Amino acid sequence: MSAMLRMEGVAANYGAVQALLDVSIHVDQGEIVTLIGANGAGKSTLLMTLCGDPRARAGSIAFDGEDITALPTHAIMRRGIAQAPEGRRVFPRMTVRENLMMGAEALGQPGDELPRVLALFPRLEERIAQRAGTLSGGEQQMLAIGRALMSKPRLLLLDEPSLGLAPLVVKLIFGAIRKLNAEAGVTVLLVEQNANLALRLAHRGYVLVNGRITMAGTGAELLAREEIRDAYLGGAAS
Amino acid sequence: MTPVASRDGVLHAVRDAGLAALVAFGLFAPLVGLRTDVVEGGLALRGRWDDVAWLVLLAFVGRLALLLLAGRRLPRLTLPAPLARAGQYAAPFFLGLALLLPWLPFIERYELDLGILVLTYVMLGWGLNIVVGLAGLLDLGYVAFYAVGAYSYALLSLTYGLSFWVCLPLAGILAAFAGVLLGFPVLRLRGDYLAIVTLAFGEIIRVVLTNWTELTGGPNGLSGIPRPGLFGLSFTSEEGGFADFFGLDYDPVHRVIFLYYLILGLALLTNWVTLRLRRQPLGRAWEALREDEIACRALGINVTVTKLTAFAIGAMFAGFAGSFFATRQAFVSPESFTFIESAIILAIVVLGGMGSQLGVAVAALLLIGGTELFRDLAEWRMLIFGAAMVVIMVVRPRGLVGTRTPSIALGEKRAIGGNYVSEGH
Ligand SMILES: Nc1ncnc2c1ncn2[C@@H]1O[C@H](COP(=O)(O)OP(=O)(O)O)[C@@H](O)[C@H]1O
Ligand SMILES: [Mg+2]
Repeated sequence: MSAMLRMEGVAANYGAVQALLDVSIHVDQGEIVTLIGANGAGKSTLLMTLCGDPRARAGSIAFDGEDITALPTHAIMRRGIAQAPEGRRVFPRMTVRENLMMGAEALGQPGDELPRVLALFPRLEERIAQRAGTLSGGEQQMLAIGRALMSKPRLLLLDEPSLGLAPLVVKLIFGAIRKLNAEAGVTVLLVEQNANLALRLAHRGYVLVNGRITMAGTGAELLAREEIRDAYLGGAAS
Repeated sequence: MTPVASRDGVLHAVRDAGLAALVAFGLFAPLVGLRTDVVEGGLALRGRWDDVAWLVLLAFVGRLALLLLAGRRLPRLTLPAPLARAGQYAAPFFLGLALLLPWLPFIERYELDLGILVLTYVMLGWGLNIVVGLAGLLDLGYVAFYAVGAYSYALLSLTYGLSFWVCLPLAGILAAFAGVLLGFPVLRLRGDYLAIVTLAFGEIIRVVLTNWTELTGGPNGLSGIPRPGLFGLSFTSEEGGFADFFGLDYDPVHRVIFLYYLILGLALLTNWVTLRLRRQPLGRAWEALREDEIACRALGINVTVTKLTAFAIGAMFAGFAGSFFATRQAFVSPESFTFIESAIILAIVVLGGMGSQLGVAVAALLLIGGTELFRDLAEWRMLIFGAAMVVIMVVRPRGLVGTRTPSIALGEKRAIGGNYVSEGH
C-alpha cells in the first residue's frame, strides 16, 4: 500500500543554513501524524518544503503517488493539501468571512465548505463580520484552520496550533482536530512543541532534532520513551 | 504618560524646560552667538546675542509645550455622527459636481483647466492605489508608466498618424508591459527594498527618455502631437469641425470641455474597474497579499501572478493618463516625469487612506487644487504642500478615509472603522 504522503531523503537549506537532512517520513490516509521537536529543529521548514517553499535540495516528495518535489507552491496546494501556517497569519484587516472565503478563492473554489467550517467552529460564526485582527489568539487559530479547510483538503498541515494559547483553548482546538479526522476523514500532519498533547492525539509521531528524524513510533510508544519524557515533557509529565 | 496637570507637574516641566534652554544656550552661544567677519586686516569677532536669545527662548517654550501637552493625546479628528452619515453622500455629491462642473455659471476656462489637472491626478491616484493601496506594493516610480503612456501616444501618433482612440489602448498596453517588466525583478522584494528599486526604475525611464535623442527628441521632447477628436470631428474652426457640424459658433472652450469629460471618463473607468476587481478573487488576492504574503503562499495563491497583475493594471491606467497628458499638452518632454510627480501621486494615495477610492479623490482635490490656490506665493507653495501633508497625517494617521469596506458581507455592508485597523501590517 502506498502512503498518501511520502518524503524520502529530503534535504533543504536556507542559503548556507542546512535546515533539513535526509528526512524520510510518510503519512497514511486517515492518520493523524505529529512531528515534534524543539524550537529551531526544522519543523516549520519540513512543512514548508512539503509545499515547495523552500524547495527540497535532495530526495523526493510524493503525494498520492505523484511526485510533487519540483512543482511550484500554488500547484502543490491545488492537489488537496492545505496549511495553517505557524503564527496563524490571518489577514488582519479582512473580516472573518473574507478570510475564510480567501481559503477557497485562492484555489478558484466556490467556498461551499463554509457551513461545515462554521459548524466545526461555532465561535467563528458569531464573529463572522468582525475584522480578523481583533479576534483573540484562540479565535485566530480557529480561523487559520478554518481558512485552510475551505479548500476541502485531504491532507491538512498544522504548524503549532497550540502556540501561545491557554490550555482550555488548546483543548478546544485539539478536540476539533480529532473530530475533523474521525468524522470528516481529513488526514492531518501536526507540528507541535507541546509533545504531550500532540502524542496523545496522534496515531503516530516523529521526533525531529537539528533537521534529522531521530525517532518514530506510535503516539503511545513515543510517550513512553524516556528520552522523550526528558527532552520534551520536562521529565515529569502528567 | 498621564497629563501633567498638577502644580508639581508644571514646576517639574518648567525645570526641565529650563534645563533644555541651558543646553540650547551652551550649543548656540558658540555656534550662533559668535561670528567671525572678514574685516580689513583680518577677522573680527561679532556677537549676535539677540539671535541666541531667540533660539534659547524657542527651546524653552518648545520643550515646555511638549512636556505639558505630550500627556494629552494629540487631537484626532473623528467625524461626528451626522457628518459621518453625510459622508455616504460624499461620493455621489462629488460625482454630480464633477459631471456638472463645465456648466456651472462661475466656471471659466481657468477653472476648467484646473479641473482637468485635478482629475488627472485623481486618475493617477486611483491607478497607483491598485498597486500601493490594494496590493501593498510600495511603488516610488509610478511616474515611469505615466511617461511610457505619454511617449507611446506621442510616438505612435506622430510616426504612424494613428488617432487618439487607437493610440489610447496601445499606450495602456505598452505601459502595462512596462509594469510587468518592473514587476519581474522585484517579485522577491518588499517594503524598503521594493521602494528603492521602483525609484530607480522611474529614474531609468526618465534618463532613457532624455538620452535616446533619435527616438524621443531628448531633452527637447516631442511637439506637435495631434489633438484628439470626437468621432472624427476635430475641435477646430474649419468646416467639418465639431462646431461646424453641430451648427455652433466656434469656441476654443469646446475643446477644453471635451478634454475635461475625456479625463473624467478615464478616471471613472479606473474607479469602476478597481471597484469591480475588488469584488473579484483577483482583487481580494491583492488585498490578501497586502495583509500577509506568507499566508498567501500557504493558501496556494499564485503570488507571482498576483503581483504582476497589480503592477500591470496599475501601470495601464498610468499609461492611459499619460496618453491624455500628451494629447492635452500637444508636447511631452522628460521634465514632466520627474521623481516629484511620483512622490505627489503617492502622497495622494497615502493621504487618501491607502485603498479608499473617495479618500484618494479628496486628497487629489486638496493637494492639487489647494496648492494651485497658493500659486502666487511661488516658493511658499511646496512648503504649504508639505505642511498640509504633515497636518493630515498627524490629525488622521490613517488617511482621510481610513475605513475599509468589506468586499463580501451579509446583506448590509459595514465599514470597518479606521481606529480598529492595526498599523504595521
Ligand atoms: N527564512 C529563513 N532563512 C534562514 N534561516 C531560516 C529561515 N527559516 C528558518 N531558518 C532556520 O532554519 C532552522 C529551522 O527553523 P524552523 O523550521 O523554523 O524550526 P522550527 O519550526 O522547528 O522551530 C533554524 O535554524 C532557523 O534559524
Ligand atoms: Mg516552527
